[in-house]
This record gives sequence, structure tokens and C-alpha cells, in this order.
Amino acid sequence: MSTPGKELVRLSNISKTFPGVRALNGVSMTVRAGEIHALVGENGAGKSTLIKVLTGAHMADPGGEIFIEGQKTDIHNPAAALTLGIGAVYQDVMMAPHLSVGENLFLGKLPRKGPIVDWPRVHQETREALAQIGVDIDPSVLLKDLPIAKQEMVAIGKIVHENAKVIIFDEPTALLTNEEVEQLFALIHRLKEAGCGIIYISHRLEEIFRICDTVTVLKDGQLVATLPTSELDEERLISLMVGRKLEEMYSIDRQQPGPVVLEVRNLHRDGVFRDISFQVRQGEIFGMYGLVGSGRSEVMRAITGADPLTGGEVFIDGKQVNIKNPKQSIQQGMAFLTEDRKRYGLALNMSVNFNVNMASYDAISNRGVVSLSKEAGRANHYVDEINIKTPSIKQQARNLSGGNQQKVVIGRWLACNSKLFIFDEPTIGVDVGAKVEIYRLFEELLKNGAAIIVISSYLPEVMGLSDRIAVMSEGRIIDEVPRADFYVNGVMDEERLVRLASGLTA
Amino acid sequence: MENRTLGKPGKKSLSTVMMLAVLLLAMFIVLTLLTDKFLTVNNIQNLLRQTAIYGVIAIGMTFVIMSGGIDLSVGAVVGLSGVLSAMFMSTSERTGGMGLPVWLAIIAAVAISSLVGVINGAIIFDGKVPPFIATLGIQTAVRGLIMLITNAQMISGIPKDFAGFSRQTFLAFPTLGWVWVAFIVVAAIVIKFTTFGRNIFAVGSNTEAARLSGISIRKTTYSVYVVSALMCAVAGVLMTARLGNGVPTGGIGYETDAIAAAVIGGASLNGAEGSIIGTVLGSLIMATLRNGGNLLGINSFILEITIGLLIVFAVLMDKRRKK
Repeated sequence: MSTPGKELVRLSNISKTFPGVRALNGVSMTVRAGEIHALVGENGAGKSTLIKVLTGAHMADPGGEIFIEGQKTDIHNPAAALTLGIGAVYQDVMMAPHLSVGENLFLGKLPRKGPIVDWPRVHQETREALAQIGVDIDPSVLLKDLPIAKQEMVAIGKIVHENAKVIIFDEPTALLTNEEVEQLFALIHRLKEAGCGIIYISHRLEEIFRICDTVTVLKDGQLVATLPTSELDEERLISLMVGRKLEEMYSIDRQQPGPVVLEVRNLHRDGVFRDISFQVRQGEIFGMYGLVGSGRSEVMRAITGADPLTGGEVFIDGKQVNIKNPKQSIQQGMAFLTEDRKRYGLALNMSVNFNVNMASYDAISNRGVVSLSKEAGRANHYVDEINIKTPSIKQQARNLSGGNQQKVVIGRWLACNSKLFIFDEPTIGVDVGAKVEIYRLFEELLKNGAAIIVISSYLPEVMGLSDRIAVMSEGRIIDEVPRADFYVNGVMDEERLVRLASGLTA
Repeated sequence: MENRTLGKPGKKSLSTVMMLAVLLLAMFIVLTLLTDKFLTVNNIQNLLRQTAIYGVIAIGMTFVIMSGGIDLSVGAVVGLSGVLSAMFMSTSERTGGMGLPVWLAIIAAVAISSLVGVINGAIIFDGKVPPFIATLGIQTAVRGLIMLITNAQMISGIPKDFAGFSRQTFLAFPTLGWVWVAFIVVAAIVIKFTTFGRNIFAVGSNTEAARLSGISIRKTTYSVYVVSALMCAVAGVLMTARLGNGVPTGGIGYETDAIAAAVIGGASLNGAEGSIIGTVLGSLIMATLRNGGNLLGINSFILEITIGLLIVFAVLMDKRRKK
């Protein structure tokens, strides 16, 4: 750990009240040069609001003060924040995917020679700015043609080019592969060594322990603690965030596995996966682990009819089935809870009522006429049963938290009487408290005779939950590991699975 | 992290409808005060006859827009159905009349014109062509087809009873208006109470989520474009009755009015928003503006400017309320 550098930003006694809600209450935080400072807390703890106050998107309530390098300052808008050296990396909102890398760096202020854009200068300066952060990207490439990690690096380059001293990362690794995460971390380290102050927000605690020097924990809009990372471990950090213990999270009441519910033999899809065979039994959780791009989600999409299969056999309850579209898989009792809820799962601008019933209107209608009372009855039933926190079933899905959105989707599949639940990254974007609730729901599902498949790239989760794990790499199942082999001398052996997933033999 | 509570969707569409209803009422009051020609049985009947035809089209357009699509071929389908029905029933051989019984002529014209919806659905769903482009192309093609089969000639020789139908009233309400009301009721029921209505919202809100929930995107897409074409086909028949001739240029530009009525009525081109009653009010507001403006002797160009601004204003208000 380096010695603390000079103070770059000090937030003092920041409160922020929205109509009816106090989002922040007297929070203080200091970021120093050469420091990577984690900001953690559950969804709703106030992290984003604090960042918005710092970047000028929100004004703090009177009484709160912001000091930049010791100087008391008011920040009225994001542009002002940037001139003061504070920039946030939000690649999706500050970049134009159809423009070139260079244009993105100079967005809104392209240098000109007379009326003509000075392209040589754009490219030259872009190359320099990117070289400064140790990145080599052709300035004339269109942003959308770059992998997401590179796009993120361009976003960082843009902020550094605008002389940001304090750089804010909000869940920067959410969309990156493991190798890309490494590249990003290396870049963040270079920024740190160059004397920048970094604010790092992430749900992934292991990242915080890897790269952050200091952690500030928020809960319900209040400051819980600011501590050096060296004085914390994962368990203590979680208990600061939620007041719960880590091992409780994944401990699930296991059931005696029953008959085979799903069996697949030699599934094949050209260029995507091949030779996929496995069985899933009633009452068990079957894990699928692999790196992004290993084909794990694609296998599940093909089994549930969302994508075509080129070969192989699928058996449900011992009977061979030929599933050609999602509707048929639903009729067979399969529920597929997709990875990106917002894009593939929810009708965001529709009500909770609609989203819960969406896959089963046929069951509550007579000759195409929907029974409105049954519709509302079912929605209310699942809101109560799985504890979806919403003011009413008429609330739009977009206004719910990530955890409650996931519960709405679970409710939808419960309403279909599903018996095999396939969860693709079930807890991404879900805060720790709601994670626990979702795992409790897994327990309930198992108790009621369902089988569960969990796809996750987060090892502690998939290992904590699964009875068996199939590890995929490059479109094939490399090995299937039973729960008994997860532990070596009582300690979870993550390394073995990582090696398998990377295509190495264990 | 934002804890704002947005209005419930049910409440929101109600307030759009309320606002429109108040606006329409205000227009009626102002026009009644300004001119004694407005609130007369004759004029109101006339207003309803004018509104009925594109009011029917706007209903079909609302189905399409709520599913996240758009149908620019509506005016052309109105024209096609108009000339086909005229041709089938006309007794004037000189203009290509076939002299079929009126009921058969209507059914045949509506059935054939509705096929345009199937073609739209095929190009959009199976061909994956964006609806805007697909229906723009079909609009042009159908217009050409109309000119080809009519030789760009008006079709006369329409049976008197049929033409007379459009001028009749039932319970002091024009027959054309009754046809419109019937479609309003049926459409509102379909939207609110049927699985087809739910599927439209699902597809309009999130197509992939709808597909993974077992909803047939193909069926829903084809259906909304067929509903739209069917409405236009009916409107085309009504138009022929009203004009007493098959007019090859009939229905030109109707897509603009239909889209405008739906949008003023609260439909969003992003899909999954809008209501039949909103579209009905949107249609009435536009028709009342035109009718009242004519009675007051306001320059019709100025009226068009007003209607154009009204469309933009309606969407602006909607956006503001949602903020």
C-alpha cells in the first residue's frame, strides 16, 4: 500500500433529499492522489446519489460541502465537474458507438482548420492520449467495432484527455471477460501510479479486495465506515454492508435427488457447442460454469428452443422431446430466466401484473378472453408468496430494484407451473440482501420438487449452490465435478474449476 | 437508487384520456359560442361522417403502433379497397364494373385488400425489414396497382342504395358513425380482454422477452398488420359509399392522419403505449379542428399548421408528464 497522497476531493456532510426520500444523510468521504477508493453498499444505499452529487448531476442539500484540493467548490453540472478534474466512466452514456475512436475523444470539440476538421491532429492527439494510459487503439476505428473492454478504455482515455484527476468507475467489469478485467485492472493501476484518485464501485467484492486501498461502506444513505482494505476480509465487509454473515448466503437446504428430469445427449450446434451430454435430477442444483463465450448460455438457449439445435437428443422425464420454440419448452415445464433481465426478460414499461402473467395468459383465458380477476389474483398471489417489494401490482417493472425484478421473472415462471428452472447469472445487478432472498427461493423450489440449473461466472456462487458443476470451455463440457470434490481439506478449491474452464486439465 | 414513484400506468393513460376529453369539450364549447353553425344536427352528423372513415383506420394503426411497428400503407389500402369494391359492384361496364351483388362486392374487396396486411407481415417478420421501409414500399406498390387496374379512371355506376347508405342516419346518428362505433367497441374489447391484446403489449414492450415467454411473435406481427389492413379495407368501402364513385386517388395521405390521431391519443412509437379511446379522441379533435376552422372561415393552410403543431405538442406534453 502506498503512502497516502495529497487530498484531491473531500465530500463533507453531504445529504440529499428527494421528495419523500432521504437518499443521503451526512456522508463524508475523502479521495487522495494515488488511491483506489472503493464505494460499496447494497442497491439503494446511496452510492449513485453520492456520485451524482460529486459529478454535479445532483446538488447536495444545504450544509454539505465539496472541497477540491482543499478549495471549497460548488459543482453545478457534469461539465463543471470535468473542468474541476472529476470524471466518471460511463461508456454507454458518454460515447457515440457509430463514430470513430478519435471523434469520441473529441466529441463536441473537434479541432478545425478553418471550416474543415483537422483529422491529422485528431488522430495524433488521440493516439497520444491513449498511449498515455498505455493503450494502443487505432483512432479511426468505429467505436462499435471494438470489444466492450476496449470501448471502456477509450472512455477512460477520453476522461484522462480532459485532465480528470479523480476518475469514477461504476461497475466497470460487469460486461467484461476475465482477460479483459485483467487489462482494465492494469490500466487502473497505471492511473493510480500517475497520481489519479480512483473511486471504484462494484458489486463484486473480490475485485475490491484485489485492487482497492480503501473502502467506504454506505448503508441506507448513511456512512457505515471508511477503512483500509487491509483491515477487512470479505466476511467483515459483507456484515458491514448488510449485517449478515457470508456463509449463511449460500447454505441451502439440500434435497435427496429424485428421478432424472432433463437429460440431453450429444447436443450440437454448428460453430457454437458440441458433444453436450448431461442429466439433471429433481431436487438438485446443477451448475454450469465457464468463461464468457464458452457456450454455456447458448446450450441452455438451444435446449429451451430459443435458438436452433443442429443435432442431439433431449429427454424430459425420460421421454424424448423435439422442442422447436420457447412455447414448447414452457409446455414441457421448463423456465429459462435469461442473463440480461432488462433486455430479454422484462417488459419494462409494463406493470408487475402484466409481467407475472405474460407467459401464461392462455391458462387464465377462455377462447382468447382473459379473466382480469384471475390475472390480478395471480399477480397478487406471487407478490405475497415470494415477497416482491412493490407498492402495487400496477407498478411498472422498470421502477423495481434488480432483486425485485428478478423475483417478478421468477413469479412469471412459477405461474407456468414450471418444474425445471434455468437461471442464467441469477444475481447479476442484485444487491446482497436480495441475493439471499433469491437463494431462499431456490430452496423453496427444490422443496416443491423442482430442479434447477444455475449458470454463473461467479465461482463462489456456483460452487456454493450446486450439487454438481459441469465446466464448459470452447463449446464443450470439459468435466463434471461433484460437490464432494469442491473442497480440498475443507477449503473451496476454486482453482481446479478455473483451470478446467481455461481449457487446462485439472 | 432513485426512489421516485412514477404514476401507475393505468392512472397515466386515464389522465391522457381525461386531458383529451377536456380539450375536445372545450373546443365544442368555444365553437358553439363563436358560430351558430357548429352545434347543429346537420353539422355534427357531417363531422361524424368525416371522422368515421379515418377514425376506423386510426384504430388499426393503434394496434400496429402498440406492437412497436408502423403502417404507412394504410392510405393505399383504403384506395385499393375503394376502387375494388366500386369495380365489383359497378354496373357501368365502360369503367370496368362487374355488377356483382353489393354484399359480395364488399366481402371480396375487403378480403383482397386485407391480403396487403399479410404481405406487410411477411416482409416485416420473415424478411426482417423495418416496418417503416416495408410499408413505405408496399404503399407505393399498391398505389401503382390501383392506377394499373383502374387506368387512373374514376369508377362510376355505383348502386344508388349503396351510395345512399352513407348519407342515412339511424337514431339521428349517421350510419358511417355507427360503423365506426362498432369497431371502437370491438377493438377496445380485444385490446383489454384478450390474449391477443396482451401479446401486442408484450411484443411492443420487449420482443425478445415476449418470445422467450412463449408468445408467437410471428402470429402477433402478422395479426396487427392484417387488422390494420382490414380496417383500411372497411374504410375504403365506406369511402366509396360516401363519394358515390371508386376514386383511384382516394385515401392519399391518410396514414398521416391515422398516425397523428393515435399519437395525439397517447400512443408511443416505441410501442406498448396507447389506447383505443385515446385514438378515438385524437381523431375527433383533429376532425373538430378542421370542421370548426372551416365554419369560422379560417384559412385551411393555417388549420394544417395548427394540426401539425398539435401533434408535436401532444407528444411534448406526454414526455413532460412522464419525467
